[in-house]
Amino acid sequence: MDRRLIIEHIPRLRRYARALVGDRYIADDLVQDTLERAWNKFYLWRPGSDLRAWLFTIMHNVFVNQVRRRRYEVEQAMEEVPTVAVRATQGEQLELEDVDRVLRSLSSEQREVVLLVAVEQLTYEEVGRALDIPIGTVMSRLSRARERMRQLLGGQVVVPLKVVK
Amino acid sequence: MKPVGEAELHGYVDGRLAEGARAEIEAWLAAHPEDAERSRAYAEQNAMLRSLYHPVIDEPVPAALLAVRPHAWRGYAAAAAILALGMGLGWTIRGALIAPQFIPLSLARQAATAHIVYSPEVRHPVEVTANEEEHLVRWLSKRLGTTLKAPHLAPLGYELVGGRLLSGPQGPVAHFMYQDTRGQRLTLYVSKQRGEPRDTAFRFSQEDRVSVFYWVDGNFGYALSGEVKREQLLQVAEVVYKQLNP
Repeated sequence: MDRRLIIEHIPRLRRYARALVGDRYIADDLVQDTLERAWNKFYLWRPGSDLRAWLFTIMHNVFVNQVRRRRYEVEQAMEEVPTVAVRATQGEQLELEDVDRVLRSLSSEQREVVLLVAVEQLTYEEVGRALDIPIGTVMSRLSRARERMRQLLGGQVVVPLKVVK
Repeated sequence: MKPVGEAELHGYVDGRLAEGARAEIEAWLAAHPEDAERSRAYAEQNAMLRSLYHPVIDEPVPAALLAVRPHAWRGYAAAAAILALGMGLGWTIRGALIAPQFIPLSLARQAATAHIVYSPEVRHPVEVTANEEEHLVRWLSKRLGTTLKAPHLAPLGYELVGGRLLSGPQGPVAHFMYQDTRGQRLTLYVSKQRGEPRDTAFRFSQEDRVSVFYWVDGNFGYALSGEVKREQLLQVAEVVYKQLNP
């Protein structure tokens, strides 16, 4: 068994976990738990199949179990998240924070779909397999999540578009 | 013109459509400003989420994550460690040979942070000093809802300085501080854990200069931190564990 196979996916697992739970340390706990489970079940992975998708599936299962036990998403409250909407004028950084806050306001089910599509750039079929849901459900969650984000962000242009000559 | 469905609109935003289908959608969007506005907003969400989280990829991976290994390997390592430790001592670290369980790495990090914040304090390192040890222990026990004990580490050269109450992500935290004659400080972080009670093996984490041994025992997580070598700290951690589990 080659450890490097799994190790090379750690940065992406960390990225997804960070986006999913927000807090850096809680996210790394999620990655740690995912890796432990992946090692223990590695014999179930079929060589040649997509290891990354398989790892996302495991992370999803760990995440769902933990959310059920209310472990992650506990207190991002620790640092940050001003409750007052502070929008616009202060440039891009603030707007990214707005997007992040809006992302946190989605249900975890919607957030998973949005992140796997937008950040991890999985195909809709891969998302369906990772989360073990039909593709129709992928699309309806994606659609609701994006529309909710759009509404919350005011449907405004948030990033000045570059002029393309 | 054939109306564009919801799935096609998302497929367009995510670049999942064939060339011909793209052209059709673009024609539709040109004539339907509301849908055009939605697709533009969604594409922008994608771009912003990527720029928010893409940088995580370039961060160095924490050593603790690289150290996660399959059971068999760890089993051997743990068995070897226990043999080495246990032979002279006549006890073993509980749980080390059973399947490792989830101990939040964040426990080690919270403890290391508390150590870094409080241990350099000259005038106010603790809230209640060791002169009032009995009061300190009673107070922290009450706040954590258990019977705490401040381990006695004098035989190892560490005297109790005192302690304080901290706020952790899982609620109140008891924080005890010890010091040797050279002023080297160790801190013990005790926090209530959520979920089912369980026992785990010792784990080690290096958080910058601070070494941390941490474990979960029943409903409580323990973390011993200090800017000392791993072996030295392990020696103290063993004594702490033993005193807390006579």
